[in-house]
Amino acid sequence: MGAEKTTTPKLLVRDLNFFYGEYRALKDINLTIPEKMVTAFIGPSGCGKSTLLRTFNRMYQLYPKQKATGEIILDGDNILDKKQDLNTLRAKIGMVFQKPTPFPMSIHDNIAFGVKLYENLNRRDMDERVEWALKKAALWNEVKDKLKQSGTGLSGGQQQRLCIARAIAVKPQVLLLDEPTSALDPISTAHIEKLIDELKEDFTIVIVTHNMQQAARVSDYTAYMYLGDLIEFGDTSTVFTNPKRKETEDYITGRFG
Amino acid sequence: MLTLYARRRLINYLSLGISVLAMAFGLFWLGWILWTLLQNGLPGLSAVVFTQMTPPPGSNGGLLNAIFGSLMMTAVGTLIGTPIGILAGTYLAEFGQRGWLAPITRFINDVLLSAPSIVIGMFIYEIYITRVKHFSGWGGALALSILVIPVVIRTTENMLRLIPNTLREAAAALGAPQWKVINFVTLRAARAGIITGILLAVARISGETAPLLFTALNNQFWNNDMDKPMANLPVVIFQFAMSPYEDWHNLAWAGALLITFSVLTLNIVARVLFRQQATNH
Repeated sequence: MGAEKTTTPKLLVRDLNFFYGEYRALKDINLTIPEKMVTAFIGPSGCGKSTLLRTFNRMYQLYPKQKATGEIILDGDNILDKKQDLNTLRAKIGMVFQKPTPFPMSIHDNIAFGVKLYENLNRRDMDERVEWALKKAALWNEVKDKLKQSGTGLSGGQQQRLCIARAIAVKPQVLLLDEPTSALDPISTAHIEKLIDELKEDFTIVIVTHNMQQAARVSDYTAYMYLGDLIEFGDTSTVFTNPKRKETEDYITGRFG
Repeated sequence: MLTLYARRRLINYLSLGISVLAMAFGLFWLGWILWTLLQNGLPGLSAVVFTQMTPPPGSNGGLLNAIFGSLMMTAVGTLIGTPIGILAGTYLAEFGQRGWLAPITRFINDVLLSAPSIVIGMFIYEIYITRVKHFSGWGGALALSILVIPVVIRTTENMLRLIPNTLREAAAALGAPQWKVINFVTLRAARAGIITGILLAVARISGETAPLLFTALNNQFWNNDMDKPMANLPVVIFQFAMSPYEDWHNLAWAGALLITFSVLTLNIVARVLFRQQATNH
C-alpha cells in the first residue's frame, strides 16, 4: 500500500441490480475491480456484499428465484449475458466459501476434480499440478505425505487452504473469497491472509469480510456497502483514514454496524 | 418452600425417572420376544436345519430350501428396487425444488411407504401371477422390490438433503456440470447414509409374509428356478406354526430365530454405518 498503483481494470460492473424474488438486494452498482489487486467488500450483515460477489460467477443461478440485471464485463464480454457459458466463466473465476468445503475424496482428488473438468492431463502432469497448487496454497509441506487421505480429515484451517488450492489449480484469473476466515482461528486466519498477499501476484482477488481490520490489512481497494447500495469505493488507505462519506466513517469507526 | 435449585433438581430427577421407565417398558417386550425366541428356537437349531429340506409332517427335516428361497427373493427384490429407489430419491433431493412432479411423487411415495404389504402382494398377484398362471419366485421378488423402493427413495432423499448446499455450490463454482456434482460429490458424501437405507430396506422385506403368500407361495422341495413356486422362511414359519405337528413347530421357531437375528444384525450394521456418516460431517 501507499505507493502509487498503476491498475488495469479486470471486472467492470455497470448498473447492476439483483433480485431475490421481488426483493431488490443490489441497487445500481457501478464498480471497477482492478487486475492483480485485492479488493475488499465491507459492510454490515445483509448489505449485499456476498450477493455482489456471487454475481461474478453467477452462483445465484443455482436458485430459481434469483436474478441479476445490468452488466459485468470480463475481457470484453458481459458475463451476465445468457449466451455466456457457465463452465467457461467459472474456469476463469474461482471461489472459496465461508465454511471449508472439502469434497468427500482424497486430498489429491479434491484438487484434480476441478482440473479434470477442463484439461486432460496424464498422471505425471496431474501430480505436478496438484503439487503446484498445494505449494501455492502453502499446504504442501503439511500434506505431501498423505495425499491419498481424505480431505475431510484435515483441520479447519488446512481444509480452507485445500479449498484455495483447489480453486487455483484450475488457473483462474479471478479468485472470489467469501468471508474465507470467519470460521477459522487467529493462526489459520494469519496463514490465509499471508497467502492472499502472495496470491495477488498472479490473481485478481475479491474478498468479502466482516472484519474491518482484515480488510485494512489485506486489501488494496475497499468498497463499503449498505442496504444494497455501494456507498463508497476507493483506495483502502483513503477509505479507512479519510473517507469521503459520513456513513463510511461511522461504520469504520465503529459508531454503528 | 424449596429453593429454585432444589426444585429444578427435583423436576430433573422426575422427568429422567419417567423417561427411563418408558424406555424400560419398551425394552421389556423386545427382551421378552428375544428370550422366547432363543428358548424355543435354539433347541431346534442344528446343522440339519441348514442341510435338509422342509419335511412332511412327522419326520425330521430342515429349512434349507426356505433359507435359499428367502435369500434369492430378497436379493433379487433388493437388486430391482435399489436402483429405482436411488434414482428417484436423487431426483427428489437434487431436482425436486421446483415444479409439480416432485411434490406429487413424494406424496405417492409416502402412501406406498405405509401401504399394507398384503395389498402389494395382491397387486402383484393380479398383474403378474394371474398372467403367468402359476405362483413363482419372480413374483415374490417383484412384490418385495415394491416394498424396497419407497424405503430407499425416502432415505436417499433425506441423506442427500443432509449434505450442505455449500458443498454443491463449491463443486458448481469450479464449473462442474450438475451431473458431475451429483455423481462425484453429493452422492459420494451421502454414500454411507444411502447404504444404511438399503440395509434397512433389506431388513424390512426379509420378514415379510403377506406379499409372498400371494406370489411365491411355498415349495416343499429344493428349487432354484425363480419361475416356479419358491419356499421362503416367512411362509414356512406361518404354515408350520399353524400346523398341529410338534416337529413343524420346532422348525418354525428355529426359522423365526434365524430371521430375527439376521434383521437384528442388519440393523446393527446399518447403525454403525450411519454413525460413520454422521461423524464425517
